[in-house]
Amino acid sequence: MAALRQIAFYGKGGIGKSTTSQNTLAALAEMGQKILIVGCDPKADSTRLILHAKAQDTVLSLAAEAGSVEDLEIEDVLKVGYRDIRCVESGGPEPGVGCAGRGVITSINFLEENGAYDGVDYVSYDVLGDVVCGGFAMPIRENKAQEIYIVMSGEMMAMYAANNISKGILKYANSGGVRLGGLVCNERQTDKELELAEALAGKLGTKLIHFVPRDNIVQHAELRRMTVIEYAPDSKQAGEYRQLAEKVHNNAGNGTIPTPITMDELEDLLMDFGIMKKEDESVIGKTAAELAA
Amino acid sequence: MPQNVEKVLDHENLFREPEYKAMFDNKRSQFEFRVPAEELAKQIEYAKTWEYREKNFAREALTVNPAKACQPLGAVFAAVGFEKTLPFVHGSQGCVAYYRSHFSRHFKEPTSCVSSSMTEDAAVFGGLNNMIDGLANTFNLYKPEMIAVSTTCMAEVIGDDLDAFIKTSKQKGSIPAEFDVPFAHTPAFVGSHITGYDNALQGIIKYFWDGKAGQGTALTRIPNESINFIGGFDGFVCGNLPEIRRMLDLMGVEHTILCDPSDVWNTPTDGEFRMYDGGTTKAQVEAAINAKATISFQGYSTEKTMKLIKEHGHETASFHHPMGVTGTDAFLMKVSELTGKPIPKELELERGRLVDAIADSQAHLHGKKFALYGDPDLMLGMTAFLLELGAEPVHVLSTNGDKEWADKVQALLDASPFGKNCKAYPKADLWHMRSLLFTEKVDFLIGNTYGKYLERDCGTPLIRLGFPIFDRHHHHRFPIWGYQGALRVLTMLLDEYFEALDANTIGIGTTDYSYDIIR
Repeated sequence: MAALRQIAFYGKGGIGKSTTSQNTLAALAEMGQKILIVGCDPKADSTRLILHAKAQDTVLSLAAEAGSVEDLEIEDVLKVGYRDIRCVESGGPEPGVGCAGRGVITSINFLEENGAYDGVDYVSYDVLGDVVCGGFAMPIRENKAQEIYIVMSGEMMAMYAANNISKGILKYANSGGVRLGGLVCNERQTDKELELAEALAGKLGTKLIHFVPRDNIVQHAELRRMTVIEYAPDSKQAGEYRQLAEKVHNNAGNGTIPTPITMDELEDLLMDFGIMKKEDESVIGKTAAELAA
Repeated sequence: MPQNVEKVLDHENLFREPEYKAMFDNKRSQFEFRVPAEELAKQIEYAKTWEYREKNFAREALTVNPAKACQPLGAVFAAVGFEKTLPFVHGSQGCVAYYRSHFSRHFKEPTSCVSSSMTEDAAVFGGLNNMIDGLANTFNLYKPEMIAVSTTCMAEVIGDDLDAFIKTSKQKGSIPAEFDVPFAHTPAFVGSHITGYDNALQGIIKYFWDGKAGQGTALTRIPNESINFIGGFDGFVCGNLPEIRRMLDLMGVEHTILCDPSDVWNTPTDGEFRMYDGGTTKAQVEAAINAKATISFQGYSTEKTMKLIKEHGHETASFHHPMGVTGTDAFLMKVSELTGKPIPKELELERGRLVDAIADSQAHLHGKKFALYGDPDLMLGMTAFLLELGAEPVHVLSTNGDKEWADKVQALLDASPFGKNCKAYPKADLWHMRSLLFTEKVDFLIGNTYGKYLERDCGTPLIRLGFPIFDRHHHHRFPIWGYQGALRVLTMLLDEYFEALDANTIGIGTTDYSYDIIR
């Protein structure tokens, strides 16, 4: 058996991380890879397309019921879905209480200690929007994910987030083995989206690994809680995800240490592509009355 | 084996037996991988130099042996000062084991305190369930009349909200709605034990005066002639507070001590275990709002508390652990000024006796050099007392004292001829003190039990004053405040001085030229 590949998907909230990752992983499963998905988002929506389920019982909700994490068995939390993909959701506290970051750490430790990683080729972590604290950086610590894939689009905030995530990776990359695998652009049909995504990838010292075109069939599949790979295996979009899966598969060891850029550089980039207009410094801090005078 | 039941050897001598000596040698040679002895000796010597001292004081990112403890320790101190009150620390169990053992080792008394026993699940989901179950258990098992809640790091990092948690617990029937649960957030990674004392005491007073956290009505103040006294975090509390009460009674001053743990940490052995004993009652706390004035004996230990009290219209006076003749004078005169009651003959007599005692011994302490460390208030009081005795407080160090504190110490030093070459060191630790003791030698070190390591390292005799004192018994039972307390501190200084003098002149026929009977 080949060495265990561990990858992680990061990106701005709502960008289509979970959709992209589940479709890609379904395509990898088609290629014969044994896969474990670890959802690291309190929303727990990283495995629904694979399991055809609304939301899976999470490690932490089951732990809370049982009294403590030590009282859990791996079978309680691990569900098997499309093409034997194993699925786990870490879950987390209700919004506004406790510590979701600590929840990610607790869950991953539990999974490792209880053999969830045994006998799989791929472990994929699906992590929420931003690396807000050390807990959400757990998947990029040493001996966890080797490559991070950042899902983004041509929108400004998605690019900010991609740059911020690169900063997080850089912190761990210098001392450990984590690398940036590449950007995955999930098309939003913004202006010059492909060019912009490629330019950003260049600045971050990585590559745009795949440009996933927008296709309504993804929504059709989602309504049925299915991946496109399963719902419409012969569709053009399924082919796109297969290509992405192929690229990820062949990208082993090709990750780079990212070179995040400053806010000014990022804004310059956006201005070069006409996404952002140059600020008129003379109007900053002036009230309407002052400007009229 | 050297150990047998007929003659049990204490560890003091046990490890000098040949079996153990051989074992230690074996461990050293085979497993310790020490640097060569000469190199070690060289490094030790280097660490005593001025050059090393400068590097040591340039230190930015490291603290070695800080002379302070954490907030919840102070919060527990404040809580046990109230009648039938059980301190409840919302957080992990180990932290609370530390507060309990720390106090028990110092006071040689059990210290009752519970935790909400937060574990990993609580860290993720928040500690609400721990609060609900914890309060119910505390209420049912230990029958307190009040539970005072504070927090450890864990609860603070995840942002648990005490006010909301306690209210929710009451709604869920954990404890009766009218049961008193004052609270204070006491993040252990901010400030020190004196900050925690301050937060907890402020929390309790605020709870009773300002309408029981929204579950009652705020009290209206009708000023009377009494005064409130707050001692602050104090390792000598069992001796000090009775002494304060005695002095105020002698003056005929009607008074309330807010936070008085002097009984619960000084219970008699008479066959009855007292989980709770003495302490300020809830009725006293409520009545205390009507006092004419409130005096704090330790200003740095009561900053927020005194601010709250002042906002309620009290006249306030904050001292910095006043000691000795001048310090006690200032305190008593303030009480007299606030209450209009004269200082009675008895106290004047005590003052005269203290002055007499100081005069009797002044030749021995005059010009002696001292290094001292501890809480900022104690340092100010002790510095003033040493200067009064004609001694030189050469190094005055505090880990939880800031620049403003250091300026206050410096002002004291500058105002006395004995403070000439003396300096205050704010936010410094015991490793800084070590450099000071090697480079600018003093005759005596004043500090808590942890100064023992400095005594061994630098050869400077330690006089134990502060908190904690683990390795000497019963010091806390005697006052160090008031004229009587000053007499006790004076005796401690002199005892150590004479011990050192005797030890230095003890060689038969060599150095015993002044091994005198009369000193």
